Amino acid sequence: MSETLSEPLERGNPRAVPDRRLAIEARGLVKRFDGAVAVDGVDISVPEGSIFGILGPNGAGKTTTLRMLLGIIDPDAGERHLLGNPKPYEVARAVGYLPEERGLYSSMKAYEAIAFMGALRGLPLGEGRKRGRLMLEEHGLGHAVEKQIRQLSKGMAQTVQLLGTLVHRPRLVVLDEPFSGLDAINQGKLERLIRRLADEGTTVIFSTHVIAHAERLCEQIAIIAGGKVPFAGGVDEARDRIPAQVRLETRRGDGSWRAALPPDTEHDVKNAETHLWSFDLPETGPEPLLRELIEGQAGILSLSIERAGLHDAFVEIAGEAAARALEADTQAELAA
Amino acid sequence: MSGTGRGASGERLPLWRAAWVVARRDFVAILFSRAFFFFLLGPLFPLVVGGLAGGIGTQVRQSVDQPVLASSLSPEENARITAARRNLTENGRLDLPEVVSVEAEAGDTAAILRSDERNYGAVLSGSLDEPVLAGSPDKLERWEGAVAVMLAEARQSAQTEFSSIDLQPTTSTTADRNRDQLVTAQASQLLLFLLSMLLAGMVLSNLVEEKANKIIEILAAAIPMDAVFLGKLFAMLGISLVGITVWASAIGVLFLAAGNIIPPLTVPATGWPAFIALGIIYFMMNYLLLGSVFLAIGSLANTVREVQTLSMPVTMSQVLIFFLASLAVTQIDQPIGIAAMIFPLSSPYALLALAAQDDVVWPHLLGLAWQALFVVLFIRLGAALFRKRVMKSGRQAKVPRKRFWQRGSRAA
Repeated sequence: MSETLSEPLERGNPRAVPDRRLAIEARGLVKRFDGAVAVDGVDISVPEGSIFGILGPNGAGKTTTLRMLLGIIDPDAGERHLLGNPKPYEVARAVGYLPEERGLYSSMKAYEAIAFMGALRGLPLGEGRKRGRLMLEEHGLGHAVEKQIRQLSKGMAQTVQLLGTLVHRPRLVVLDEPFSGLDAINQGKLERLIRRLADEGTTVIFSTHVIAHAERLCEQIAIIAGGKVPFAGGVDEARDRIPAQVRLETRRGDGSWRAALPPDTEHDVKNAETHLWSFDLPETGPEPLLRELIEGQAGILSLSIERAGLHDAFVEIAGEAAARALEADTQAELAA
Repeated sequence: MSGTGRGASGERLPLWRAAWVVARRDFVAILFSRAFFFFLLGPLFPLVVGGLAGGIGTQVRQSVDQPVLASSLSPEENARITAARRNLTENGRLDLPEVVSVEAEAGDTAAILRSDERNYGAVLSGSLDEPVLAGSPDKLERWEGAVAVMLAEARQSAQTEFSSIDLQPTTSTTADRNRDQLVTAQASQLLLFLLSMLLAGMVLSNLVEEKANKIIEILAAAIPMDAVFLGKLFAMLGISLVGITVWASAIGVLFLAAGNIIPPLTVPATGWPAFIALGIIYFMMNYLLLGSVFLAIGSLANTVREVQTLSMPVTMSQVLIFFLASLAVTQIDQPIGIAAMIFPLSSPYALLALAAQDDVVWPHLLGLAWQALFVVLFIRLGAALFRKRVMKSGRQAKVPRKRFWQRGSRAA
């Protein structure tokens, strides 16, 4: 398996992760549908064994991107390597895919449905049935093994489909909006399952419009909005796009130490002996600031440094409109 | 759950194996569905009703007391005319009314006709040389000729013996055979058309169901779309062969029960075994052609309503193609016949008609290869359309499409 694309890219590869082999690498993916641009020049690098999130509102191009990565549809421009192969369908047996639109044959029994999905990926049917039964029991669905899909609740059917995605033990698991439609308990179970897969060496890439899932699970994310990816990289890297906020309470209001505070610092006087200061943490970091405050005898009453969350980073990177759309999607799902 | 035991090979399933996975699932699912049960029963209803009606009709015909001719001649003449009738009706040569001897003293003619003893249609009295036939006008008109023949035979003498003739039955003349083989060709075309239409519709509803199940994306991600289409097509072909077996068995039972309700067909030019084999092969090819076209249509549609809208023109076209093939039956060696054999969708019909009228082999081999080529082309087209048109998602930013003159000016 190659670590980078076979041909060097003209504009370089600024987001490639240097020291790990890549399970997915895509450059400049473009997809148009009837003249409408769905995906516009997407670059993604997913290290092997990592949990990678594609974060964006509905209609941002997440599903189309995943479909291009998997070879379900071909890009109009750009190239992609899946597990080192430029033709994704040639490694289909090493991949598990849970589409956004869940679907199972309603007349199939639960363990048969799992076995069928495994058979599509080359797992012998007998082995699939055996694993299907075991997996259902492991996930507390032992009572549903012989039940037809139409007899299961929506959440149970989703679990069956997820197990079908994993039954052939893929090296790469692609989940499109996997948390959608699940209650809080099942969302928690799914998060644990994803972590377990990654611990076992499986690469997991999932799309979501819920920031909290990406923030809790992912090492790396791609933020997608309007078919473009304005950011792809580590979650910390995204959060660092916004300077940390410093909140400082001092007894003294002046002194040489004030030179250490940035020019746009907000200053408020709480009472005669308490001054409140708010400002962005200087690029030099907290240590020089602390030294100046101590040496200048600012009389520190309290000091907090708040790092930006992924939500703030998303607003900063994707813009307020995309953030509002993301919020609306989340609210709509909660309401549903 | 995952982690251990991963296969070394990540390659996708080969086309035929992937198609087999889909075909197996579809075949089993359809075979054991209630819909298929009713699908099987559907065509049997008219057959059963027809068979029952035929059987009842036969029974009614047999149970009705047929009118007989009362022979009220002298005992010797009665015996002679009875013998004459027996001679004439032997080996089914003539269909003559049954003759029952009654004593001349049994009463006058009117009394015999009113008698409840038998259903007397007419009474022959007098003598062989001066016969008198009494009965209703319609009976007299109907039996006059028959009675005259029997009288002529009886008058010859009791000792008359007919020379034995060695019979050599022939089916018909050349002209008759050609005409009858046309009937065989037309009947086989009609059967082919009805079966194909019935089954191709099932393929379509199967694909629509797949879309409704939303499982199509799972299939598309794991195996080639060609394999999905191929698997569905062959599953339905298997189903159709099950259906045909059931229906053929039902027809066989009906044939045994009431054989005369099925009109006899002339032996086709190729002979029945080869013709039936070709019929099955052409049914399969016709079904695959039609099914692949319907699958391609299914690829363009997202809802059942869209499918119905799109399939209507194709169904009508299929009827037109059938008419073309029917027209070609009588002109199989003319340009229209050759065109019908070349046009892929009418080719199975036309070649089956050819098999009924000519025992030449090579057009069938060529035709089957030609039809197979178009099955492959239609499947590939359908799969390509599916990938291109169906797998769209999300809200898309509209970009105004450039008009051709705008593109031209840019190029300039």
